[in-house]
Amino acid sequence: MHPARFTFSTRLTFLKGTDLAETKDHQAVFAPWEDPNEAPLIRFRGVTKKFGTFTAIHDVSLDIYRKEFFALLGPSGCGKTTLMRLLAGFETPTEGQIELDGHDIAPVPPNQRAVNMMFQSYALFPHLSVWENIAFGLKREGMAKDKIGDRVTEMLRLTRLEQFGRRKPHQISGGQRQRVALARSLAKAPKLLLLDEPLGALDKKLREETQFELMDIQEKTGTTFVIVTHDQEEAMTVASRVAVMDAGVLKQVATPSQIYENPNSVYVAGFIGDVTILQGRARKDGERYLVDWAEGQPPLVTHSGVEIGPGETCHYAIRPEKVEIHKDRPDDDNVLHGKVIDIGYLGNISTYHVELANGQIIRAQSFNTERSTRQAFTWEDEVWVNWTDRCGILLAG
Amino acid sequence: MRRLSAFNVVSLTLGFAFLYVPMLILVIYSFNESKLVTVWAGFSTKWYGELAGNQQFLDAAWVTLRVAFFSSTIATVLGTMAAYALIRSGRFWGRTAFSGMIYAPLVMPEVITGLSLLLLFIAIGLDRGILTLVLAHTTFCMCYVSVVVSSRLITFDQSLEEAARDLGCTAAESFRLVTLPIIAPAVVSGWLLAFTLSLDDLVIASFTSGPSSTTLPIKIFSSVRLGVSPEINALSTIMIGIVAIGVIIASLMTKRSMARRLADEAAADRAELT
Amino acid sequence: MRKSLVYLIPFLWLLALFFVPFLIVFKISLSDIALARPPYMPQLDLSEGLAGIRAFLSELDFENFVFLTTDSLYWKAYLSSLRIALIATFLTLLVGYPIAYGMARAPHHWRPTLLMLVILPFWTSFLIRVYAWMGILGQEGYLNQVLLWTGLISEPLSILNTNTAVYIGVVYTYLPFMILPIYAALERLDISLIEAAEDLGCSRTSAFWLVTFPLSRPGVTAGCFLVFIPTIGEFVIPSLLGGSKTLMIGKVLWEEFFSNRDWPVASAVAVVLLLILIVPIIFFQKNQQRQAEADA
Repeated sequence: MHPARFTFSTRLTFLKGTDLAETKDHQAVFAPWEDPNEAPLIRFRGVTKKFGTFTAIHDVSLDIYRKEFFALLGPSGCGKTTLMRLLAGFETPTEGQIELDGHDIAPVPPNQRAVNMMFQSYALFPHLSVWENIAFGLKREGMAKDKIGDRVTEMLRLTRLEQFGRRKPHQISGGQRQRVALARSLAKAPKLLLLDEPLGALDKKLREETQFELMDIQEKTGTTFVIVTHDQEEAMTVASRVAVMDAGVLKQVATPSQIYENPNSVYVAGFIGDVTILQGRARKDGERYLVDWAEGQPPLVTHSGVEIGPGETCHYAIRPEKVEIHKDRPDDDNVLHGKVIDIGYLGNISTYHVELANGQIIRAQSFNTERSTRQAFTWEDEVWVNWTDRCGILLAG
Repeated sequence: MRRLSAFNVVSLTLGFAFLYVPMLILVIYSFNESKLVTVWAGFSTKWYGELAGNQQFLDAAWVTLRVAFFSSTIATVLGTMAAYALIRSGRFWGRTAFSGMIYAPLVMPEVITGLSLLLLFIAIGLDRGILTLVLAHTTFCMCYVSVVVSSRLITFDQSLEEAARDLGCTAAESFRLVTLPIIAPAVVSGWLLAFTLSLDDLVIASFTSGPSSTTLPIKIFSSVRLGVSPEINALSTIMIGIVAIGVIIASLMTKRSMARRLADEAAADRAELT
Repeated sequence: MRKSLVYLIPFLWLLALFFVPFLIVFKISLSDIALARPPYMPQLDLSEGLAGIRAFLSELDFENFVFLTTDSLYWKAYLSSLRIALIATFLTLLVGYPIAYGMARAPHHWRPTLLMLVILPFWTSFLIRVYAWMGILGQEGYLNQVLLWTGLISEPLSILNTNTAVYIGVVYTYLPFMILPIYAALERLDISLIEAAEDLGCSRTSAFWLVTFPLSRPGVTAGCFLVFIPTIGEFVIPSLLGGSKTLMIGKVLWEEFFSNRDWPVASAVAVVLLLILIVPIIFFQKNQQRQAEADA
């Protein structure tokens, strides 16, 4: 596993920035979680949260570092929002400890935490103008009047809302409201900003634009962001690291590319992106593993970082974009024969559903690099699919 | 959109005629010259003049207004607190009993409420007067206020309060700076409702008022028992007029602010598209 | 600490001025009448300590309740109140439903105005609204004048001081309580449901009975309870519009208290009235709860 290699590409935007203070020792990547000398900003130690008999969070231990853009990803009800509300102080852990900068934050009420939150509903005060909304937290802090003015102006500029300061929340558009909420929560310069589904209320196009804007603002202010989302694309786009949650448990915490290319469980593999999962038994063959998965089908080959004992059941996961489709039998590993039964044409790519002799369906994707209305393959075509010995993912259990 | 059928038009016309014609007749005949209220004898405002000279009615009106003002104000404070406790505090000791006591007075026959309060005041040796009236009216009015305010609080986005806490407010500050300004219209209409209910109450006031604190409804009732009187018609017209003007102004104001709001939102959405 | 004050203050207020008074009513209903001030015996004298309490308890009895069953006036008044309330509720439904239906079918921009017109009478004095009918329904009232003038009748009708006048009074004053919940239920009704019913072969009338009416039933139930419950204990309407033959328990209680000054019997009447009301009140609350859950 080479996380550094993967982070390089996904965090390219970060490197383009001017603030490279974090990349000490001329290290070209932002990966404080790999640095044993780096103290985490947030540390969850065995945190459990129960509501009556329902366990929302089960024994979570997690470190989040300064300047990270950390995403909590999972289906609704998985506990990600509870985890965030624990940080904000609206809930207290049933067991375990949460530390901010090395101090237990349990006794600190939400109004005294150096943590601010951007709410899913934005929670803009409808009776106050945009300007007053942003100034709200600063006034509570007892900041001097002229300083408040400067800070609010700065925030309005950061979020490109200069002309809207005097409007009321209902007088601006949804996208602008989202930016006011962001400006308001950033105004107090918190150590940690929590964002609860910050883009959930925006339409798809605006959401994609705003993702980059968020990353830009995070980089400019150098604030640590923790974002809660159920949208995997959003998490993959913005985050330095992603925590995949299910039923109150952290399934995997890693960079987006690690999560995608090296998921640690069937759950994570299935949750992120498109995947075909086959069940079989593994045996070692030199450097590689062979997986016997069906009568009359050749074993599947892959390199794996996961150790699996001989004859143990395991899962073999393969993503459709790694699968090639051919008219003639290629001379390679992992070659399977079947028939095209379905084609999903998306314009830029096409997904072929190839049914094998044993009824198993393998999905293969190909880029439509040439401009043509005629497809290379059509229904009922006899085809070969294959992938290289580095593409399959071996999962225990 | 379907057109209104003839049946709908007829039922609406007859229905609203039924609701408004009796009051209209009352208003018209208040300007009747004759003492015989059912015989029209020409236009006159003399009954309004007589009313203005009737010290008993004026005294009763003054008592009623004072009682209504104090009881609706106290009821608004208590009712808002009760609504807040019911909607926000989640489970607490005695919650079922509490919500029962909030809703019960709404359906309780007034004769029972009045009787029971009177017996309480006698048991504790409190002389009947303005004070007992205010206590009694506050008690049933606060329940109405709490129903009005809690129906607003249910739709109130709780994350607004959390946002205020998150930005540094204590619980009391977040109520004062965020919750109260937003629910203010509901609190005001709760106060107005309490005020009119107190103005209007006959039965509970009959039980709980003393000889020196006769209210206007008690006065009206005792004179109306003997039959229709032109003075009461005039008084009724004044009361109907005040309510009608108040409600019309209030509805015009909400209508205008709604229209402005919709226009603002439309403009904001247009601005985003360009 | 401060948080608990928010509910403790209104809680204690209601406890002292709503709950405790009921206990007193209950206690006095078990006492005997006395020619004193206050006119009932015994009174709890705590200065005598435990003996006082014992003496107090030993003198309580169900005599007044027994009296209610022996004098036919009382149970007839209860029955008559229930009957009048039932008939009046049904009449209010008959009048109110078409109005609510018409409002829900009216163009969108009319609805706020129509709604205001329904609510407006609610803000005007109840007493005055009842009083308005005295002038209309009397022997020489406006209604008889109109009917005699048109020649529909030759003798004036006597409506005032009869049960008919009470029904009219109840329908008139409680109409908004019937219209509003039905309107709320009908207004939410998706018009495409009726179109679907018609598409599947219903006539307009059968679409109404098979789709619209069943879906408006929670509103109808709520409206009926809102009229029925307060009408049972009504005092103003029977005493102004009803006659000497109109028996309603609210009026009986009033007279027992103010004219006969028999506080213990008045209290017993109140206790029984309350027991009668508990059943519909519980049904009403159940209905409201079900609706709230269905909305959630």
